[in-house]
Amino acid sequence: MTATEIIATLDAECGSKIKDKKTDAIDPFIVVEPANLVAVCTTLRDHPKLRFESLNCISGVDYLEPDPKKVAKAGFEPHVEVVYHLCSISLRHRFVVKVLLPRWKDDKPGELPEVPSLVEIWPAADWHEREVFDLTGVMFGGHPGLYRILLADDWVGHPLRKDYEFPLEYHGIRGR
Amino acid sequence: MAIASLMPTDQTIVEFDVRTDEMLVNMGPQHPSTHGVLRLVLRTDGEIVSEVVPHLGYLHRCAEKIGENVMPIQFIPYTDRMDYLAGMNMNLAYSLAVEKLCGMKIPEKANVIRVLVCELNRIASHLVAMGTYGLDLGTFSPFLYAFREREMILDLFEEICGARLTYSYITIGGVHDDVPDGWLDHVTQFLDYFEPRIPEYHTLLTTNHIFVKRTANIGICSKELAIQHGCSGPMLRGSLDRRKNDPEWDLRKVEPYCDYDKYDFSAVLPPFDMAPPEAKLGDCWHRYMVRMLEVVESIKIIRQGLDRYKTAAGSHRIELPKHLPAGEAYAESECPRGQMGFYVVGSPAKAQVPLRVRARSSSMANLSLAGKICEGCLIADIPAIIGSIDIVMGEIDR
Repeated sequence: MTATEIIATLDAECGSKIKDKKTDAIDPFIVVEPANLVAVCTTLRDHPKLRFESLNCISGVDYLEPDPKKVAKAGFEPHVEVVYHLCSISLRHRFVVKVLLPRWKDDKPGELPEVPSLVEIWPAADWHEREVFDLTGVMFGGHPGLYRILLADDWVGHPLRKDYEFPLEYHGIRGR
Repeated sequence: MAIASLMPTDQTIVEFDVRTDEMLVNMGPQHPSTHGVLRLVLRTDGEIVSEVVPHLGYLHRCAEKIGENVMPIQFIPYTDRMDYLAGMNMNLAYSLAVEKLCGMKIPEKANVIRVLVCELNRIASHLVAMGTYGLDLGTFSPFLYAFREREMILDLFEEICGARLTYSYITIGGVHDDVPDGWLDHVTQFLDYFEPRIPEYHTLLTTNHIFVKRTANIGICSKELAIQHGCSGPMLRGSLDRRKNDPEWDLRKVEPYCDYDKYDFSAVLPPFDMAPPEAKLGDCWHRYMVRMLEVVESIKIIRQGLDRYKTAAGSHRIELPKHLPAGEAYAESECPRGQMGFYVVGSPAKAQVPLRVRARSSSMANLSLAGKICEGCLIADIPAIIGSIDIVMGEIDR
């Protein structure tokens, strides 16, 4: 199935839950609101024409231009994206789902934005979500154990945020 | 008389002969059977393991953050260091993602060289997997034979790019240099030497009675479980069944890149003729066997590639654009350990560096299953199961 057909099938099934779609991108994708993510993903997995059994990758992308001189030319508003790359092994097609979030919940710096966890739908999401939480700083509501996975448990901050500052020292080890 | 007074008078007291308490055993991070710096916390009841919790991150080097700060071509050496046993395949995986983003069309000659070196690297990687798996299970000699052959592949790589482990040979737009004079003959000589030796490995390991006892019917992973956890590569194919019309899930077959569709080879799927009666689909033995048979398929591909090179058109490399275009691309390719994916986001401001580089690690998805398939096994089976997943921590921690 091509991406256009996938989007058409999804539109017929839960069109009201799709916020935005882009078919002319290299990998066509849809954008959904965090509240509708679980419903759309359940459809993607269970619909007989879609059958996305496999979640290959979850990536967190921080859209922010840290240099104030370049902000005008950056070409995007500051936000965080969580990108889900799905794959159907039985029907041999791929698809991308995106969730757009504010950089901080309620614009309070330090409060992480939140999306619902997809562990119930794809168990593969478990470690991927922990990694996105660890490195990009996104909360996954309903995740069974959202601890840091790659960094130390007492690490401060989320390194893949564009405004992350490397610590001066960590347990007596000089940082920079 | 004195003895009788020591006997318990209360008949409700029941004596246990062996009492075992639940115990937490810490395995790793410095443990030879965890293939790097993986730490496993085992909850054991006597010899039985009731829970396995992997702890990662001991080799985390912020590769994704580095990727945001260097140009794509400068990031190639970092991909070598992710999966250090299959550097060529990792170079290719990242190059494919950037080329997809830039919309580049790679000349035929470059594609043929890419296929040649990637398949050679696949053989080298599977040889290490086979040799170290033997080490995990207590046999030393297959390791020596595997490394003897791997050494020859490394010599071939040294001849083509000067490096023996971190090649950075495949770059964005093709390969770094054309092959040197006489290299193709050396590859043929190697294949002629190597091919008759594969039956030796089977006598040494595959049909070895102890090896079969240690791997068959251990660590069984069903197809559904593997797919749900995003497994790929030999880990997934070891659980598929050709008799049930399961898809041949090898990206070289189902989503061909680098003109793999023009080569004649088959994806390796159970059932296998050599399977001992006690082996069950999806166990450690099947995963091991998939790797061994993939080596044979790789040899087939390399022989065809050597012929194709003689008539291949075009150059070995094309120029890449000065700036990355805006947009994003996700590309996966079949590495020895599974599907390695790279997600590259180009900045809308047309910068030289990407806005985000994300590496989807195949070993990480495969390892996330370890907790499930190790439940209820013996402590001695843990190295057998972890070894059969064939992980490289550099790729998991990045």
